[in-house]
This record gives sequence, structure tokens and C-alpha cells, in this order.
Amino acid sequence: MQSKNSKGALIPYVLWIALFVIAPIALVVYYSMLDLNGNFTLANYQKFFSPVYLKMTLSSFWYAFLITLFTLIFAYPTAYLLTKTKHKRLWLMLIIIPSWINLLLKTYAFIGIFGLYGPINAVIEVLGFDPTQILFTDFSFVFVSVYIFIPFMIIPIFNSLDKLNPTLVYAARDLGASSFITFRRVIFPLTVDGVKAGIQVTFIPALSLFMITRLIAGNQVITLGTAIEQQFLVSQNWGMGSTIAVFLIFFMVITMIFTGQKSKGGRV
Amino acid sequence: MKNLSATSKAYLVFVFVVLYAPILYLIFYSFNSGGTMNSFESFTLEHYKAVFEDSRLIVILLNTVIVALLSGLIATIIGTLGAIGIISVKNKKMRNTLLSLNNVLIVSPDVVIGASFLILFTMIGIKLGFASVLVSHVAFSVPIVVLMVLPKLLEMNTSLIDAARDLGATKRDVLVRVILPYISPGIFAGFFMAMTYSLDDFAVTFFVTGNGFSTLSVEIYSMARAGISLTVNAISGLVFFITVLVVVGYYFINSRSKSTGTEGHR
Repeated sequence: MQSKNSKGALIPYVLWIALFVIAPIALVVYYSMLDLNGNFTLANYQKFFSPVYLKMTLSSFWYAFLITLFTLIFAYPTAYLLTKTKHKRLWLMLIIIPSWINLLLKTYAFIGIFGLYGPINAVIEVLGFDPTQILFTDFSFVFVSVYIFIPFMIIPIFNSLDKLNPTLVYAARDLGASSFITFRRVIFPLTVDGVKAGIQVTFIPALSLFMITRLIAGNQVITLGTAIEQQFLVSQNWGMGSTIAVFLIFFMVITMIFTGQKSKGGRV
Repeated sequence: MKNLSATSKAYLVFVFVVLYAPILYLIFYSFNSGGTMNSFESFTLEHYKAVFEDSRLIVILLNTVIVALLSGLIATIIGTLGAIGIISVKNKKMRNTLLSLNNVLIVSPDVVIGASFLILFTMIGIKLGFASVLVSHVAFSVPIVVLMVLPKLLEMNTSLIDAARDLGATKRDVLVRVILPYISPGIFAGFFMAMTYSLDDFAVTFFVTGNGFSTLSVEIYSMARAGISLTVNAISGLVFFITVLVVVGYYFINSRSKSTGTEGHR
């Protein structure tokens, strides 16, 4: 009975889905099969499998992998130690605050920090080395990206560590497991869902970053995101841009499948 | 209370320093009378004055706030109705399909959303500018509102609705007097999140903003591409200050409502 009455509430929502979820994806797929003159063609796909684009895709994956790896390496211990502090919610809040500052402002800060006359180079000079160009290198790109993603990796890992029953850890220790074994056999497997969620929110955005590459990597690094932006807003080749977008969506789906959580028993 | 070892503490301090250093670095130099972020000459407020005297920047700031408020409001209405609608769908398959479609825009990369919206707006003839930015912000905020409201609806006891019905409430009464008050914390959280997303968004806006209309993120991007300008530092000082205020306020409201909700625990 009640369901019939509230079905009306679905109308604007379903319209939203049709117009902004289904239509855009359909349009991207459609445009990926158009050439510059609007003729139907599969040339864009052919072009994507040419060495230039394959190399770009591969390097984009490599950078995304590095970014995700370093983010995880720094975030996991942080999340773990946070759960051990007094007032852990407050400390978590303090970790989250920087993630609320506009991404561009934080990226902009690194233009100054990594600059030729910035504080890092000042330290390098004090140590007796020549100042080096840190900006516009692979290192600066990976560093800034890791910096941006760390809070987003910490949150899901913190939540899953927080839910972990401490008696399981005590049991493992009582049964003679070393702290490493305890971590590898008990803590990590029980928090792997948090890690997966963290990888999900890091890896996919890392594949599609474009403003950090533009501001920090000075066009040295080209990710799939940069290529899409380039094709759409600079070259005005929407067909090729859409083709890259189709592949990005495809890689996204694959990532989701690999890091997907088991359904929680149909509670919803 | 277990005490952390010295190394653990040092590691946490290290992480906090790294996370805050760039922001504090920006704010520090916003008071620099010299024109660079390298050598501090003397204390000045001229860059803050420049922000408030730059009428173009004020217009952009207003644009950003108006888009955030309006898109948050519209997305909250559509999203809340959507969540109520999803709950009413009893067919499990259908419901799961709706929920998966709901999540598409949350997990999609910004660049793809931006590019596909650009195609969409061009095809249906929406002029790029205020309208296209507002519509796309509404579009990517709706699923967030749904995800915030849905848990509240799920934990709601359906006998409340039955009781209201038995007491003679009309459909409208049930919605306005029973359901909406019950899920209002979720609705507020959804509105708040939608606004935050809107204020923060760069990539999608960058694609669908034409010439002439700009939000703060897009403006900062073009300023940063042009090189270092301490006006940006002053903006970040202001943004940081407001963010901390909002977060602290949110934290207090949250912990207060929690403590009144579970009196037994205090």
C-alpha cells in the first residue's frame, strides 16, 4: 500500500538517473566512434592501440600504482597508531581537516615549496649540495599526489581497524605469535576491506588526475586524465577524448571488481 | 590506556607536520610584504586587502557560494525524494539496480564526468556558464544526499508510519510530520556534504564552465598556472580559517546531539 504512494517521489530521481547517469555514458560511447568530422568510425579505437597511447596508458597505470602504494605505506601505520591514541576521533578529525582545504590550494603550495628558491632547496644548499629542480619531475608529481590522497586512505583503514575486536589480537599474542605474525595473519586480513576501499578511492582518481600533472609535473607526466582534458579542451577532438574516457571507465570497472566488498547480505 | 612508544609518537607527529606544513607555509607567506614565497620581508595585510578590494574576485566568490547553496538545496530535494522512493521499491533486483546507478557518479573520475557533461550540455543546448555549472553540481551531489538519507530511512521503524495512518494521518501528513522529521539529521548531513562537494569541485566545473563564468577553484587554477601570486596565499588563509571554524562547529554540534541522544552513556 505504502509503496504505491511514495512511488511518485521516484519520478525526479529517475529522471536524474536517466539524464545524468545513463545519457552521459551513452553519449561518451557514441562520441568515441566519431571522427573529427562527425563520421562514424572505429579509427579512435585503432589509435588507442597504437604504441603512443599504449605507452601513455601504461605509464598512467605505473604512476597510479606508485601513488597508491606509497599512500598505503604511509597511511596504514598512521591509521593504526591513531586507533591507539586517546581521543582518537579528535585526532582523526585533525587528519581530515587538511583534506577539506581546496585541492588546488594545496597543490599550489608545493609550487613554492619545491621551487628552485623554496625551503627544500634551501635545506639542500645548507647541506652543501647544489639546488636542483624538484618541480616538474616525476618525484614531485608522486609526492604531491600521495600528499593529497593520504587522508582518503586513512579514513577507511581507520574505520576497519577501529571495528577490529582487540581480543583477537590478544589471543594471537597469547598463543605465541610474534607481532609481525599477528599483523600478517590477524590484523591485516581482518582490515583488508578498509585497505581495498582505500585503494579504490586512490587508484581510480590517480589514473585520472590532470591538474596536478599540469601544475606540478609541468606536462612531464601524462595520465589518462590529462589526455582526456587535452583532447576535449585543447585539441577539441571529442571523439578521441571520449575513446580514452571509455577505456578509463573500463579500467574503473575492473578496479571496482577487484577491490569490491562482499555484499552485506542484502540488508538494503 | 596503552601508551604509544616514542617511535610511534614521532611517526604520528611526522605525519601531522607533513599534512599541515604546506597549508601553514601558504598562510605564513600570505603576510609577506615581498612578492614571493621564498624570503619573508615584513609583516603585511596588503594581500588580504587586495582580496577584498578585487571586485572580480568577490564576484567569483559569490558565484561559488551561490552555486554551492543552490545546488545543495536542489540536490537535497531530489536526493531525499529519491531515497524515499528507493525504500518504497520492494522488488529487490530493481532496488539494487537503482542503488548501483546511484553510485556511478560517486566512483566515476571527475574528468569523465566533466567531459560527458560537456557533451550532454552541448547536445541539449544549455549554454555553458552559470546554468551548466549549477546543473552539473546538482547532478553529482544527488547521489551523496541519497547515501546520507538512506541509512536514516532504513533504521526508521515502519510501525511509526502504520501508527500515524491508523490515527488518520493523510499521506502528506505522514511525509511531513513523521518521515521528514525522523530523517532530518540525514537530510542536513546530505545538504552539508553536497555543499562541501560543490565548493571543492574543480575538475567537473573546469569542463562545463564557459568563458565569463568562474568559480573559486577554476580561478585559483588559472592564477596558479600563471605563477605565484600572494593573493592566492591570502585566499588560502581565509579558506583555512573558515574550514576550521566549520569543522569545529560541526564537531561540537555532532557530539552534543550524540550526547543528548544517548543520555545513558554520559
